[in-house]
Amino acid sequence: MDEILELLTNDARMTAEEIAKLTGKKVESVKKTIKAYETNGTIVKYKALIDPEMVHESNRFVRALIEVSVAPQKNVGFDAIAERIYSFPEVTSCYLLSGAYDLLIVVEGENIQTVSNFVAAKLSSMDHVRGTTTHFLLKKYKEDGQVLKKKKKGTRLNISY
Amino acid sequence: MDYNISKRVIQIAPSGIRAFFDLVLGMKDVISLGVGEPDFVAPWHVREKAIDSLEQGFTSYTSNKGMPELRKQIVHSLKSRYNLKYDFEEEVLITVGVSEGLDLAARAILNPGDKVLVPEPIYVSYAPVVELAGGKAVLLKTDIDSGFKITPALVDKACKAGVKALMINYPCNPTGTSYTKEELMALAKVIKKNKLIVISDEVYDELTYDFQHTPLASLQGMKDHVVYLNGFSKSYAMTGFRIGWVCGPAEIVGAMTKIHQYTILCAPITGQIAAQEALKNSHHEVQQMKKEYKRRRNYIVAALNDIGLNCHMPEGAFYVFPSIKSTGETSMDFAQNLLKQQKVALVPGVAFGSSCEGYVRISYASSYDNLKEAILRIQNYLKR
Repeated sequence: MDEILELLTNDARMTAEEIAKLTGKKVESVKKTIKAYETNGTIVKYKALIDPEMVHESNRFVRALIEVSVAPQKNVGFDAIAERIYSFPEVTSCYLLSGAYDLLIVVEGENIQTVSNFVAAKLSSMDHVRGTTTHFLLKKYKEDGQVLKKKKKGTRLNISY
Repeated sequence: MDYNISKRVIQIAPSGIRAFFDLVLGMKDVISLGVGEPDFVAPWHVREKAIDSLEQGFTSYTSNKGMPELRKQIVHSLKSRYNLKYDFEEEVLITVGVSEGLDLAARAILNPGDKVLVPEPIYVSYAPVVELAGGKAVLLKTDIDSGFKITPALVDKACKAGVKALMINYPCNPTGTSYTKEELMALAKVIKKNKLIVISDEVYDELTYDFQHTPLASLQGMKDHVVYLNGFSKSYAMTGFRIGWVCGPAEIVGAMTKIHQYTILCAPITGQIAAQEALKNSHHEVQQMKKEYKRRRNYIVAALNDIGLNCHMPEGAFYVFPSIKSTGETSMDFAQNLLKQQKVALVPGVAFGSSCEGYVRISYASSYDNLKEAILRIQNYLKR
């Protein structure tokens, strides 16, 4: 991956000036590259990674991984049905997989009831959906390469030769 | 009681900055740029392998020279990386870090009074190790204008006094200075001409940023001249495992092994097993760390020069050695005042030799956020 993208993936708030200093590139050229990435859709958006356990309202927040088996449609395969599913705002991620089932979707809701209602009322009853298996997420250990646990301080001394 | 401590030990000058170190260690909430080891932890697969070996009961001594599998792997790695060939049975020894290798090399080579060229600035143990072995360190002083590099002319001139060996560390702690292949070839000429043995500490070889590292021993006709030292501490972030290695002429490695077997017996087995895993499967992690260090180097050099401290662009390791002469302070005063007023720790230049007055060593083995904050604080200190 381009170094600029790598740095922004790790810290989206890094400025063009900082990136220029770290990479030895010119500020103007860094700005231009970022602009181009934003324009052509390589950089989709800038967002913060939040640990929901640290947010108070998150007591009323659940997440489920749902396996969905579907009957692919003529000419459009899985894409059309996937679009119908991922267009619901409750669905935060949607993947087509190889293996025992077809789509893996991530659904978020205020509580178990809202997610269950979504599955029962909207998802299962959809044409071409043959079956679903819902797994409620109990605890997040690591997300997007980030361990969500405060690290213990290492034993490195503050000064040594 | 009068213990009548060994004169040789007493003659070694005590480190003048011990008190400063104690001051740093006693202080809380310090941003430290004073650390001589990576801020990364050893790769997980390496730690996992070490844990597994303990669970399986690998807790014994190993062969004096170190586990044959590890020696074979080192030989293989040097051949594939540098086309440098050694015999794992006669020319390789596993040590407790490069520090032990330095000591063994000096003791194996030197007779009382033998002179050894030691560049300055240099890692703190070089001259003491020579003197503890009965030799005499002859300092080759360098400065920021030459990028802290020794030159063939400097070496050649110093050899007129009759010199047996040269110690070199590149990329260097504390300056980060390294040498290109061409520069090493020029040095090799005077090394051969003066029949020097070179103790070459290349522990930061993987952390070379602007060109390929060249081991001195890999140059034509140099293998017989070089005791090549390296280890796992820096490239693999494995300082606490204490594993280094020596490659060199069988006669020298044999002599070193003799001392090693009576004083150390063998390097710790857990470290040796972890080291094998590191050599086998760490390429990706090493490259990631290198990339990160390179960015921090670019940042710190630019930032220091921006705030008015003259800093050269070092080729490797994770140190910079800026001049603080513009402040008019001694390096010790600068370090102490900066610590007390701004809570930033770094190492005063004088720790690395008397000719290093006017410089400080900054380690950028610290997170980018720490480096940014430290630069702000140093800037505040300079403005006072």
